[in-house]
Amino acid sequence: MTKRHRYYYDSSRRLNPLFAELRELVRYRELLQLLIVNSIKTRYKRSALGVFWTMLNPLLYMTVMVIVFNHLFRFQVANYPVYLLTGLIAWNFFSQTTSQAMNNLIWGSTLIKKIYLPRSIFAVAATGNGIINLLLACIPLSVIMIFTHQPIYMTWWFVPVSLLILSAISLGVALIVSMIAVFFTDILDLYQILLQALFYLTPIMYPEEILPAWAHKYLILNPVYDVVKVFRGPIYSGQLPSFQALCYAFFAAFFILLFGWWFFTRKADQIVYRI
Amino acid sequence: MSTMISLENVTVSYQHAVEHVASFKEYIIRKLKNKMKYEYFHALNNVSLDVSEGEVLGLIGRNGAGKSTLLKVIAKVLKPTQGKLRLHGRVFPLLELGAGFDPELTGRENVYLNSAILGFKKADINKRFDRIVEFAGLEEFIDAPVRNYSTGMVSRLGFSIATDVQPEILIIDEVLSVGDSEFQKKSESRIQTFCHSGTTILLVSHDLDSVKKICHRVALLEHGQIKAVGNTDVILDQYKST
Repeated sequence: MTKRHRYYYDSSRRLNPLFAELRELVRYRELLQLLIVNSIKTRYKRSALGVFWTMLNPLLYMTVMVIVFNHLFRFQVANYPVYLLTGLIAWNFFSQTTSQAMNNLIWGSTLIKKIYLPRSIFAVAATGNGIINLLLACIPLSVIMIFTHQPIYMTWWFVPVSLLILSAISLGVALIVSMIAVFFTDILDLYQILLQALFYLTPIMYPEEILPAWAHKYLILNPVYDVVKVFRGPIYSGQLPSFQALCYAFFAAFFILLFGWWFFTRKADQIVYRI
Repeated sequence: MSTMISLENVTVSYQHAVEHVASFKEYIIRKLKNKMKYEYFHALNNVSLDVSEGEVLGLIGRNGAGKSTLLKVIAKVLKPTQGKLRLHGRVFPLLELGAGFDPELTGRENVYLNSAILGFKKADINKRFDRIVEFAGLEEFIDAPVRNYSTGMVSRLGFSIATDVQPEILIIDEVLSVGDSEFQKKSESRIQTFCHSGTTILLVSHDLDSVKKICHRVALLEHGQIKAVGNTDVILDQYKST
């Protein structure tokens, strides 16, 4: 038998799992692409409203919030609908990506027990999915912006950078929580409660200024607010984040992603032992 | 004949909690009270084995002897705790019914999904797509969602995808034949062809007749160790007499 590409594998000559996982992910990029496309397909097949649902969902939510809070915050926040919607889009990206990563990995763990796959593929697919949903959500955002005469700032160019930071943080958290979810299924409910708490602790539907002075100090400890601000600023107020804020956001995102990746790859071989 | 698979002193052991702790709250409480009890379990204990190219090796033994663990090590699903595994070819496991299928997607979409899970390239599948569907006999249903398929249809498609190209190393865990009797004949003859044309096959089965029929050599496992390995008839007799 002649084989042009002779395959060779030696279990003792494995790269550091930090890099090995990355290399495998690149090798399975076609599967990654399929997982992203498929989950969008199944999602829209199942609901009659299809792709419009993704756009309608934040809009409906926003309408309710605007009715309730617009009056309350009218002096502090200039264009409340846009303020709220930009915050919501960034938040939804974070909460959906991390939650979906947990469900993906639980679904995938039955597969991982039978065939080799890079285990991080499920969290990365969830992040890819989140990016697509975020881009779709920018359509209703644009409609609202036109409706409310929100100026379109030049700073929009910065949005892809914000998205990068947002993705890094979300993927990092997704890796951590999805790995925990494989071992303890009750974390799914616990995480929803945590998300709820974090949502109210983050200035998404209220302006930062209403927080008491002592709370401002602690706001810096909430990395989610950081990315919300980095995403909201260029769209809502035409302001680029200060160099210091940007460095902090980059550093936080990088650290969380790195920690998540380290934690995940360290535990990944143990998934198989879980029934 | 060159070696395809080589296991050198492979041990797989894992720590597991004596009582199953599935909840995070319980885990934290037990950790705080220092009440986590672990025990070590050797699923495989110092196993060495070489499999040559084109060889059909059967693995037999009682439940819990370590047969499936051994297959998982070779499929790279489990990492050996100690020892090493060397492979000189790509491994294809015959997946059990429905693993890797998404019921919400059509048969067509699932062919691509399953192929990607097995590590095939999309461009490759485009060329082989019709042949896969034809072998499974699912031409009429390929654009229907898989949730409407019968279990037989799903396993036919799964078999057809995994075996369309002759694999270098094929791993079969109990699923030697799938589907109705007609498809069983087809799938068996395909495996037979592989047996005679250079595929290295590892077969785990409790069905000793099929082991006798296709295996060149048999390894008997007991308590995570290889108790005996050699000529099919000899080992089978030894196994039956215990």
